[in-house]
Amino acid sequence: MTVTRAVPDGAPPTSFVPTRDVKRYRAGDVRAGYAFVSPWLIGFAALTAFPMLASLYLAFTDYNLFRDPQFVGLENFQRLFEDPRFLQSAQVTAVYVFLGTPVKLAAALGAALLLNLRFRGQGVYRSIFYMPSLIGASVSIAIVWKAMFIDDGIVDQIQQLVGFPAGGWVGNPDMTMPMMILLAVWGFGAPTVIFLAGLKQIPAELYEAAEVDGAGPVRRFWNITMPMLSPVLFFNLLMETIHAFQVFSSAFIISGGSGGPAGSTLFYTLYLYIRGFQDFRMGYASAMAWVLVAVVGIITAVLFRTSRTWVHYTGDER
Amino acid sequence: MTTVTESVATSRPPADGEADRRRSAAATRRRVKELVFHVAAVAASVVILYPAAWMLMSAFKPSHDIVGNTSLLPDAWTIDNFVKAFSGIGGVPFMSFFWNSVLLAVLSVLGVVLSASVSAYAFARVRFPGRGALFAIMIGTLLLPFHVVIIPQYILFNQLGLVNTYVPLLAGKFLAADAFFVFLMVQFIRGIPRELDEAARIDGCGHVRTFTSVILPLMRPALVTSSIFTFIWTWNDFLGPLLYLGRPELYTLPIALRQYVDQTSVSDYGAQMAMAVLALLPVLIFFVIFQRYIIDGVATQGLKG
Repeated sequence: MTVTRAVPDGAPPTSFVPTRDVKRYRAGDVRAGYAFVSPWLIGFAALTAFPMLASLYLAFTDYNLFRDPQFVGLENFQRLFEDPRFLQSAQVTAVYVFLGTPVKLAAALGAALLLNLRFRGQGVYRSIFYMPSLIGASVSIAIVWKAMFIDDGIVDQIQQLVGFPAGGWVGNPDMTMPMMILLAVWGFGAPTVIFLAGLKQIPAELYEAAEVDGAGPVRRFWNITMPMLSPVLFFNLLMETIHAFQVFSSAFIISGGSGGPAGSTLFYTLYLYIRGFQDFRMGYASAMAWVLVAVVGIITAVLFRTSRTWVHYTGDER
Repeated sequence: MTTVTESVATSRPPADGEADRRRSAAATRRRVKELVFHVAAVAASVVILYPAAWMLMSAFKPSHDIVGNTSLLPDAWTIDNFVKAFSGIGGVPFMSFFWNSVLLAVLSVLGVVLSASVSAYAFARVRFPGRGALFAIMIGTLLLPFHVVIIPQYILFNQLGLVNTYVPLLAGKFLAADAFFVFLMVQFIRGIPRELDEAARIDGCGHVRTFTSVILPLMRPALVTSSIFTFIWTWNDFLGPLLYLGRPELYTLPIALRQYVDQTSVSDYGAQMAMAVLALLPVLIFFVIFQRYIIDGVATQGLKG
């Protein structure tokens, strides 16, 4: 990647130096480089690269941790797509990702625009808005969420006070998804802070010039804020989408590890955990893991590809 | 600066009294806007803080008074819940879980600071073959769903007889597996002027001395940010301990909490809330103390909360 390669032999000004002294790398650098990078390199080899290959192999086997893996070809993948629980977990996760992420990012963008106004007290609001994203994925908050949304719980009571019919959330398969999405949206503070940092990078001259030209607030938002913010929006969209696919602990705690009621909180990673570590179907679970990698990979590629049409990089970046 | 969005200046210069009136009208409008903003922001803050406040207050309520009670403050304050929480589960006291969490978090911080800083120095400052490719791979691992490695990792640690030890939870920290921190530190080192390295080189320092005496001391902000996030993430981690810690005396707080919820009768919300509060308290204290570092880390590095 770096363009710092030494010139090949025959290069003009230093050519009176014997060519074997013009090495591409200094021996000391090479040794030091590999020595310094070795923690990460060993970690990558032992904890990522080798396990990925092992997992790819296991995906084509029947393995239960106690007997040797039996090669079964594509059977795991075939069974996946006939397994109603798998299909349900894929559906639950897809709804969560494709509904929850846009809602969360919209809330984050709105909050960032508010926090970017020049009023006093913004630092305090920013801290308050951010706080939930630090604890939102914790077991403690999952327990609190469950207690708040349980049938006849406090949310139920409040919604009856306001005039909505009571129906319960935790025990009602139709309402668990909104409840989980609310929990995700509650953690909108991290993308808010990132959006806010992006908003502060937009030069004020652009707005001043647009105002002189008679652009109102709506035009300024769509023609200056959004294009200038699009790299940040892309970053947030990519990271939040990838993270949303991997939600686990909240669903585990709220459903008591079952993914219930009626499979409505059977998130992909929860089902993977159940298959791999409760049923010890580790070949099957590895196949699931690779399907997840493929799906996340495809979505990442699509996001990068489409980003060319809507993400604007100003000259000095990229 | 403060009134970019206000159109105070007009093209026609009006009479003096007129100008004053307009200026004070603009100031009034701005004050009204600010008031509307604060009302909205306070309302949002109340909604956002409500679950945390409800958790805290519920911990002081008698168990039967938690679920359906819409009032935030307890009718009768009690510390019974905390007494029950501190007695622990299955004969293992609460403080044992607490110290396990502390031990794991502190060792994780140590591991990340040591391994990520060293690896980052190689990526940022040393020229060696394959560096570009390795760096690209490292960035790639940021996007990889880690669930693809948990099964083989489990099999590996199981065969090494390391299940029910902290080794599987710490190995990744000491081997810079959290690529985000390596990346953060690489970015930081790239911002340190190269002249400093070269001065050290001229004074006869090799890479080891340059790293330990020049780069490492200057990296403090990046090390602090990485440490804070490592501490909080390790403290809150659930899946790792769930996979590897099967004995109550090894449990960290999140696992103990989950076990507690499973074992106690559904109605005993009070003790659950008390334990949930105790488990979150260190994170919230960290947040209050290190707010600036945390929010800057999120804003500039895109660290996930």
